[in-house]
Amino acid sequence: MDSLEDIHTGFQFSNFARNETLVAKGFPMPKSRKTGTTIAGVVFKDGVVLGADTRATEGDIIADKNCSKIHYLQPNMYCCGAGTAADLVMTTQLMASQLELHRLNTGRQVPVVAANRMLKQMLFRYQGYIGAALVLGGVDKHGSHIYSIHPHGSTDRLPYTTMGSGSLAAMSVFEVHWKPDLELEEAKQLVRDAIAGGIFNDLGSGSNVDLCIITKDGATMLRPYDVANVKGQRQGKYIYKTGTTDILSTSVRPIQIVSETVRKVGEEEMETA
Amino acid sequence: MAASVMSSTGSVKMNTSHLSSLTPDWMNNEVLTGTSIMAVEFDGGVVVGADSRTSMGTYVSNRVTDKLTRVTDRIYCCRSGSSADTQAVADIVSSHMEILEVKLGEPPLVQVAANTFKEICYNYRDMLMAGIIVAGWDKSKGGQVYTIPLGGMMIRQPMAIGGSGSTYVWGYVDATFKPNMNKEETVNFVKNTLTLALTRDGSSGGVVRVAIITKDGVERRVFLHNELPQFYQG
Repeated sequence: MDSLEDIHTGFQFSNFARNETLVAKGFPMPKSRKTGTTIAGVVFKDGVVLGADTRATEGDIIADKNCSKIHYLQPNMYCCGAGTAADLVMTTQLMASQLELHRLNTGRQVPVVAANRMLKQMLFRYQGYIGAALVLGGVDKHGSHIYSIHPHGSTDRLPYTTMGSGSLAAMSVFEVHWKPDLELEEAKQLVRDAIAGGIFNDLGSGSNVDLCIITKDGATMLRPYDVANVKGQRQGKYIYKTGTTDILSTSVRPIQIVSETVRKVGEEEMETA
Repeated sequence: MAASVMSSTGSVKMNTSHLSSLTPDWMNNEVLTGTSIMAVEFDGGVVVGADSRTSMGTYVSNRVTDKLTRVTDRIYCCRSGSSADTQAVADIVSSHMEILEVKLGEPPLVQVAANTFKEICYNYRDMLMAGIIVAGWDKSKGGQVYTIPLGGMMIRQPMAIGGSGSTYVWGYVDATFKPNMNKEETVNFVKNTLTLALTRDGSSGGVVRVAIITKDGVERRVFLHNELPQFYQG
C-alpha cells in the first residue's frame, strides 16, 4: 500500500525548476489564464450581495465568455475571485474542504472571520506567489460581513468593496450610490451597476453579470443575473442571389499523376530547437 | 507591468504602456500603508493615533482603514509598511499574548508585547517591511510607547512618530511636545500632528483615528476631515 506521503493534493511545485531551466534555454513560458476581472460585494440590511463579470482572458484573447467567478465556500459563505484562474479554483476548493472539516469538527456554522483568517494565512505563507485576489462574503451569527483579500495576504473588512482590473470603474459606482442599510432590490441593482461599470469600461472584463445573495436563510446564485451585452439584430441580408455573377465559361481538367514514391518512416531525433 | 500582458506572438500589438502608470497593477503591487502614525505617553496612560489610508501604487484601496490594531485589552499597535506583513505580525503577537495572559493569570506587560514584536521584526528583517509602534498601559510602568523601525530595533520613547508622513512633522513635534501633558492636551497634540502630516504626505489621508489607553480601558475617537484643525491652506 502506498504511503500517505505519496498522495499529493493541492498545489504542486515539482515542475518549477524544470520550467526555469527551459526559460533560461530560450523557451517562452506559456501564459496562464488570468481573469482580468470586475468583482464586488456589498453589505445590505439582511445580508450580503456578491457580484462578478464572466470574462476570462489569456493575454488579449477571451478564453471563456461565460465563466463563473463566484465560488462556493460554505452554505453561508461565497467568495469572488480575481487573478490567476488556476490559483483561484485551487484556493477556493481547498478552503471549502478545510472549512467543511472545521464545521464537522466544531459542530457549528463556520464564522466568516475564520474563513478570512485561513485565507490570509495561506496567501501570506505563499508570499504573493498564489495570484488570488478575493472578495469574501457571508452571513453568520455575528452578522453580515464582506472582506477583501489581496494576494500577499492583507485583508480589509469593509461595508462595500471591489477587486480586479475593473475595480476602479466599479468602486466609482459604489462611491456615488452606496448608502447604509440598503434594501435587497437596491443592493442587487447597485452591484449590477458596479459590475456593468467594469464590463463596459475595462478591457479585461465583459459579458454577463453574476450575482450571489446571502442572507441568514441561505444563499442564492443568480447566473446570469443580467446580460449586459445583448447581441444586436442584423439589420439587412447581405447574401447575393445565386446567378448574380454571370458564368461565361466552364472547363474541367482531370488530375494527372506525374510520379509516385513510397517512403519508410524511421525513428528520428526529437526536434528541440 | 500591466502593459506587458499583451501577446508576444500576435502581429497586432497595442501600446498601453502610457496607461500603466495611471492604473494600479493590482496583481503584483503589494498593498502598502503609506502612513502617518504616532503614540504619546501621558500621565495616566497613552494616546495612539493614525490616518486611514491604504494604497496600492496610486490607488487608494481602503480609505477608512483602522491601523490601530488591538494586541491585548490594554496594548495596541500602530502599523506602517506592508499591509500583509504588519497584519501577519500583529496577528501572531496577539495570539502569543492571549496564551501568555492565560499562563500568567494577568494581562501581559507592554514591554513583553513590544519585545515579541521586536523578536519577529528582527529575525525576519530581510523578509518584512514593517514599522510598528507598540503602545499600551500596564500596572507596573503605566503608559508606555515602544517604537520598532524597519531593521528590528526596539526603543522606549515618551513619544514616537512613524510612517511616510512622519518625515514632515519631526520639527513640529520637537517644538511642541512636552512631557507629562494631560489627556486632552495629548489628544490635541496627536490630532494636530497627524493633520499636518496627512495634509503634506500624499500617501497619508482620510480620517484621523485616535485611541486613548488607560487603566480603565480603551476610548476610541474618529475625526472626520471636516473635524480636523485648519492650518495654512495656501
